[in-house]
Amino acid sequence: MSSASTAIVIPPISLWRRLVDRAMTGVAVLTVLLVLLPLFAIFAYLVYKGVGSINLAFLTQTPKPVGEPGGGMANAIVGSMVILAIASLLGVPLGIGAGIYLSEYGRNRYGDIVRFISDVLNGVPSIVIGIVAYGIVVIRQKHFSALAGGVALAIMMVPTIARTTEQMLLLVPQAIREAAYGLGVSRWRTTLSITLRTATSGVITGVMLAFARVAGETAPLLFTAFGNQFWNWKTDQPTAALSLQIFTYAISPFDEWHRQAWAGALVLIVLIVSAVTAVRIAVRRGTLAGA
Amino acid sequence: MMRTRFQHQIEELREKLLRMGGLSELAVDRACQAYTERDLGRCQLVLENESLINAAEREIDELAFDILATQQPAAVDLRFILAVTKINADLERVGDQAVNIAERVMDMIELPAVELPVDIARMATAVSAMVRRALESFVEGKAELAQAVLEMDHVVDRMRDEAFIMLVRKMNDEPQVTQQALDALLVARNLERVADHATNISEDVIFWVLGADVRHHAQAASASPRPDTREQ
Amino acid sequence: MGVGITVEHLNAFYGKTQALFDINLKVLANHATALIGPSGCGKSTFIRCLNRMHETIPDARVEGKVRIGEFSVYNGTSATQLRRRVGMVFQKPNPFPTMSIYDNVAAGLKLNGFRNRRQLDEIVEKSLHSSALWDEVKDSLHKQSGASLSGGQQQRLCIARALSVQPEVLLMDEPCSALDPISTGKIEELIFQLKEQYTIVIVTHNMQQAARVAEFTGFFLLGKMIEFDKTEKVFTNPSDKRTEDYVTGRFG
Repeated sequence: MSSASTAIVIPPISLWRRLVDRAMTGVAVLTVLLVLLPLFAIFAYLVYKGVGSINLAFLTQTPKPVGEPGGGMANAIVGSMVILAIASLLGVPLGIGAGIYLSEYGRNRYGDIVRFISDVLNGVPSIVIGIVAYGIVVIRQKHFSALAGGVALAIMMVPTIARTTEQMLLLVPQAIREAAYGLGVSRWRTTLSITLRTATSGVITGVMLAFARVAGETAPLLFTAFGNQFWNWKTDQPTAALSLQIFTYAISPFDEWHRQAWAGALVLIVLIVSAVTAVRIAVRRGTLAGA
Repeated sequence: MMRTRFQHQIEELREKLLRMGGLSELAVDRACQAYTERDLGRCQLVLENESLINAAEREIDELAFDILATQQPAAVDLRFILAVTKINADLERVGDQAVNIAERVMDMIELPAVELPVDIARMATAVSAMVRRALESFVEGKAELAQAVLEMDHVVDRMRDEAFIMLVRKMNDEPQVTQQALDALLVARNLERVADHATNISEDVIFWVLGADVRHHAQAASASPRPDTREQ
Repeated sequence: MGVGITVEHLNAFYGKTQALFDINLKVLANHATALIGPSGCGKSTFIRCLNRMHETIPDARVEGKVRIGEFSVYNGTSATQLRRRVGMVFQKPNPFPTMSIYDNVAAGLKLNGFRNRRQLDEIVEKSLHSSALWDEVKDSLHKQSGASLSGGQQQRLCIARALSVQPEVLLMDEPCSALDPISTGKIEELIFQLKEQYTIVIVTHNMQQAARVAEFTGFFLLGKMIEFDKTEKVFTNPSDKRTEDYVTGRFG
């Protein structure tokens, strides 16, 4: 720099800019709080309304006939678990498989078509999916069943799982794949044992997301699982589900049932959160130091 | 063009060496003139300027060392620097020989002048030409000029041998001029040494330019002549 | 234990662009050969043609013949079979992040069906010794993941991984460019020792490294091989002016 007049001087940060910076940070924090607020409000309200009705009877008994006090949602809790298990068994492999295809083999027009269909499927109303499952499974079998419910929920899980799996696999650096190829590992083996394994935590997140979403779905189960007041251990009979039960009780005119509906909602949320947390802990424990 | 600093350093090295070459050439010329003209003054000059030549040698070695350490020269650049360090040493020896001749002359001046059957002046001219041509070949980077110097060496060797025979005969015939004859003999030997150094310088130039080691009369046939020799 | 490599009239294409033009050379067994040249000259493409890694890029195509030992690379052998005999180490160390050090080294064997636990232990130890990493990791083989090591260690891990499948040829694509001088030095020492058992081809940007490590050097420019000769010759008196210009730093 020659003379002072041509030197470039960077002015210090003005008071105004600092205030704006603080204000923006404040706005960001505020929006986060605004978003979290309904979440906590819902949870708090649920706890408030439902915790009083949760007792041993609630968790172990089946619903009593109309008018009689007591009873529980034990069958609905178990039924939900069974339906979700079926849905996961069907939806998770299919979703991950689709995700693998899209990421490793589908970087072309065919892949784009699959992606498009997946996005469309994601947007289909859940009740429509329920009707489709009704058409595919219930009409064929001539009865409602947990299987049909599982199928409906599985259809809803697949797009989410496929897309997140694809994204997570794409995040795996190409260098890792090349390292495997360089060792003489075949492509499919590389994809399963190396690429997928590296992306495991992300893929599981996607699966949990899909799981949490369908765990609370009611509409698809209306015409498939249909609901049941009694214990049912067969997958080919109408099955109770927590979401269905909550729905039925909530629109009923009975206070007793309303209370039980709150309790059921609370139990449902707790179960979903527990499931997700348990999986998270299991994955973390299985990971090595430094990975 | 990359490596500007490196190029500047190479250029500096070249200039320094040329300047030193000039000093050494001048020293030899002066010493020989002092002989033919029996000039004490010139002898003094030669002795005084010796220190300049030595200082130049140190400077050149330092710079060459620096470049080698910091620039990792390769191929022709590496050969150039190695050649410069060798030529450097030879030029310093040439300076030493000039001093030896000057000391001989200073000796001879104190003795009566005698007629000697040896033409030192002619030998001095030939040797001086060799040194000049060797330095020219370095400046131009031309292996042919260097090769020519190698051939002139035989001529100078013959001159030295002749001088030896004639002077020994003279010493046998006229023992009273033995001292002067011996001085002349030594001067002839010093000149022949200067010619050898000029030869060395030429061999180093050929090494640099062609990448061929032609020392001790090895042939340059195995070297691959390049279409355009690099100017340094 | 190493074998020689013969390349005849190799031309490589990416779609319509030609990346390599009529490359011919012979790599001697149990020697290290360096490939130098400015960016984009095709040396990485060339080395990847030797173990058919270039095929992982869509639209890549090769003409010509490559023989490693007695078998032909392009007619007959499957790419995966070939790659078990030709190991590769990449520019940026790429250990498998979710696997332990042991599993990383054993990956090539385990993923190809090798199950014998005791033999795996032996091979892992031997490979880690060969890559001068054993002493530093022997206590945490199963506990630490491959990605938790330093850069230089990771690269040595990758070398151990490549060696564990007992290849005959080791290809190294700028193995030290991402490393500090001390790690680089260790790996160069390693290459020196590995030469006795393997044939090594190393691509490098660093001419001094090529000079230190390899007996033979090939100079690539714009997809052609300009000169291939003993390393001392290439660095003291190359035959081609372009080689000399590159080696003395006048371009590149």
